Amino acid sequence: MFENLSHLALQQYWWIIISVLAALLVFLMFVQGGQTLIYKLGKTGLERTILINTLGRKWEFTFTTLVTFGGAFFASFPLFYATSFGGAYWVWMLILFAFVIQAVSFEFRSKAGNFLGQKTYEGFLFVNGLLGTILIGTAVATFFTGSPFILSQNISTSGEILMINQVEWQTPFRGLELAFNFGRYFTFVNLSLGFAVFFLARVLAILYFMNAVDEENINQRAKTQLLRNALPFLAFFLFFLANLLLMDGYAVNPETKEIYAEANKYLHNLLEMPAVLVIFLLGVAAVLLGIIRPLVAYEQCHNKGIWLGGIGTILTVFALFLVAGFNNTAFYPSYIDPQSSLTIENASSSKYTLTAMSYVSLMIPFVLAYIWYAWRAISNKKITAGEMEEDTHIY
Amino acid sequence: MEIDYALVDWSRLQFAVTAMFHWIFVPLTLGLTFIIAIMESIYVRTGNPEWKRITKFWMTIFGINFAIGVATGIILEFEFGTNWSNYSWFVGDIFGAPLAVEGIMAFFMESTFIAVMFFGWNKVGKKFHLVSTWLVAIGASLSALWILVANAWMQHPVGMRFNPDTARNEMINFWDVLFSPVAVNKFLHTISSGYVLAAIFVIGVSAWYLLKKRHILFAKRSMVVASVFGLVMALLNVVSGDESARQIADKQPMKFAAMEGMYEGQTNAPLVAIGFMQKVDPDRLNINEREFAFSIEIPDLLSYMAFLEAGAYVPGIKDLLYGYTDRDGNEILSYTERMQRGRIAIQALHDYKKAKTQARSTETPEVEKISHMARADSLGALFYDPVWLDNYFAYFGYGYYDDPARLIPSVPVAFYSFHIMVILAGLFLLVFILTLINVLRDKIEKRKWLLWLSIFAIPMAYLAGQLGWLLAEMGRQPWVIQDLMPTVSAVTKISKGNVQITLWLFLATFTILLIAELKIMLSQIKKGPKEEGGQ
Repeated sequence: MFENLSHLALQQYWWIIISVLAALLVFLMFVQGGQTLIYKLGKTGLERTILINTLGRKWEFTFTTLVTFGGAFFASFPLFYATSFGGAYWVWMLILFAFVIQAVSFEFRSKAGNFLGQKTYEGFLFVNGLLGTILIGTAVATFFTGSPFILSQNISTSGEILMINQVEWQTPFRGLELAFNFGRYFTFVNLSLGFAVFFLARVLAILYFMNAVDEENINQRAKTQLLRNALPFLAFFLFFLANLLLMDGYAVNPETKEIYAEANKYLHNLLEMPAVLVIFLLGVAAVLLGIIRPLVAYEQCHNKGIWLGGIGTILTVFALFLVAGFNNTAFYPSYIDPQSSLTIENASSSKYTLTAMSYVSLMIPFVLAYIWYAWRAISNKKITAGEMEEDTHIY
Repeated sequence: MEIDYALVDWSRLQFAVTAMFHWIFVPLTLGLTFIIAIMESIYVRTGNPEWKRITKFWMTIFGINFAIGVATGIILEFEFGTNWSNYSWFVGDIFGAPLAVEGIMAFFMESTFIAVMFFGWNKVGKKFHLVSTWLVAIGASLSALWILVANAWMQHPVGMRFNPDTARNEMINFWDVLFSPVAVNKFLHTISSGYVLAAIFVIGVSAWYLLKKRHILFAKRSMVVASVFGLVMALLNVVSGDESARQIADKQPMKFAAMEGMYEGQTNAPLVAIGFMQKVDPDRLNINEREFAFSIEIPDLLSYMAFLEAGAYVPGIKDLLYGYTDRDGNEILSYTERMQRGRIAIQALHDYKKAKTQARSTETPEVEKISHMARADSLGALFYDPVWLDNYFAYFGYGYYDDPARLIPSVPVAFYSFHIMVILAGLFLLVFILTLINVLRDKIEKRKWLLWLSIFAIPMAYLAGQLGWLLAEMGRQPWVIQDLMPTVSAVTKISKGNVQITLWLFLATFTILLIAELKIMLSQIKKGPKEEGGQ
């Protein structure tokens, strides 16, 4: 069935899959957000253990989604993999580092003989929550604001070695300039998305704790923290959104494939793709409702906040990714050399590979179904202090 | 452009460090999950809570090991982009697919059912829990399948075609990539080595309990399961290893010659069972030639191993360098000739690109455009002409080189890693057979030497796995993809200081985490399983 689709249709299909994975990843980063709140919400050792164990049953899904996001991006848009990961070396390396130290921390934290001590592993979890969210958010912002790279094909037979395809990153800071070059206005835009993701992850974590934990003290503190994190989230998100809608975007001429600057390109994308606009507005509304309802009517709504907030996050991020890649837009633009910008057409795999991978993608609903089934089976009751003393696998 | 060999070496070192750290943890995960699943199956069949205790103990050990395996694994996937971006560009169309399938098919299966395995004891039924444990085991091996398919493709690239317009290789047959005989065999050989390691691990830890006279019944039961599982897997490992040698002789003759330290080809080639090498002085050819200072050889065996024929001619390193006639009478080109043909292929690609650019350029006069177009068409057609592809493009990668000596991998690394690995495989077989016999006859506690040997075998099993990868990867050098892409052209262009910093950062982190892991594991082993009657 996928054989009959055009190359462009397959590229669009795969951009949708990438967008779905990205949306799921941002939602699942509530685990990271939660890791930064352990000391805010838990004042005793037992409370912190409860919080960490609540997150510890979900962290692998976030991690696996990140790995799968990378793999799927590699398979479908390998030029992005080559350009961004090799180019913005430090951004990705720091993200990876933050996830390396996370992976052991849950398992090692409370084990005898863990060498570094419980506090260190809790510190690792905090670093992962802080760096992981901010850097991923900042990196995603560059899908709109651009990066300093030039792509070239130099096929020369002189000299001993030749490089056929070449990514030339134009700064020696290898991606760090996207977050630290304060001389460039867009750095602030990049960071604003980074911080928005950070605070959003914390908001989602609070909503998740409200749903999953049944401990009076923790739930009380969660209520206070919800507003404290929701406000900075809104501030950063609105700053990013305003800039996004007002800035020049990287448009592609569908005939000549030439990249050119178009004023308010991303605003136009939303208006020209009404379905995406609707998804986006629904998403934002759901996130806001998810935050407001537990604030005004805690007793009735604290269980549902994570669902509204989570679905809202997924819809919003999904829509943002479609804005980045659809409607003749370069999804990974170069601000130094716009013609080097990556589009879903010039960065994708061959038609054959996309077709083969599309068949593989049919497994995704099946995967989601068994994840859902297994989750329901093991988390059908709230986590309490009592459970921490039972003889199961405790972090 | 000037090639920065230091950058290449640092990037290789970083990849090697992360891969080798990863491989400390993966084999135990692969094998222990199956051993646990077998143990839990016995528990569910018999209803005997002692087996649940056994299962839970090994599951704790598994959890500690698994976490750090995950930590070291994520780096590898992304390093293809961060440090080998030209590689990702050149072959991402083929190479990315197995990585994506791995994530979708295997990683979610593993992580979902691990949660059930750890947290589900009191929440789901016995059967559901058992199925989850089996799914974790299958998921772990499935993830190994896909990454090994990817690695096998680097050893023997199949199922793709070079597209001159994108200057990239593109997949044309997914099944050829997945079911490539090299991939199937590499999968069997590598996972069985993981299963063997896990079985040795379980036997060794149990042996320690027996020496300490603790948990006697627990230890013996663990030993029965592990030695039967280990014996079967060790046999599979030997059979697939033997097949692997034949494949290397066929597809990677230079690696094969290096494995045996064979410079001159011969008929009735003997297999060096044990040997020590020294440098040839003077090394007239400047190829770092070595000879055996001492060796014990088994007549004809190498010819038989490579071609199933005692009299078969096995080419040596010099034959490959200077060309020879193989046993079917085919002329095999010298490396110098291959380099020349490779350069012709590269030149054709260069000219094709140039003609195409000129034909499209607005600065080119209209009258000339037609001739540029015609030239582009005729050059482009070469890349779809099977004869030209066989005679020229097949050597594309060789065109990167001027000096044939650069095309020889490190002979000592290949030779020693191969031979020590094979000797160790024999040791593991012995441990499994002796353990099984003695535990069934209930004499294992008296065989102190065997118990000590089993403990000694644990680090040896780790060593054997690392040596296997050293042989596979360093024996392939200087290629990142055999004959197609040299390692030097796969690397990300970045100043080497960046790579050095990340390398030291990861090395330090992984070392600290490894120490933590070992300490936690040892303390869990010392603590031992819960006392009888407990759960």
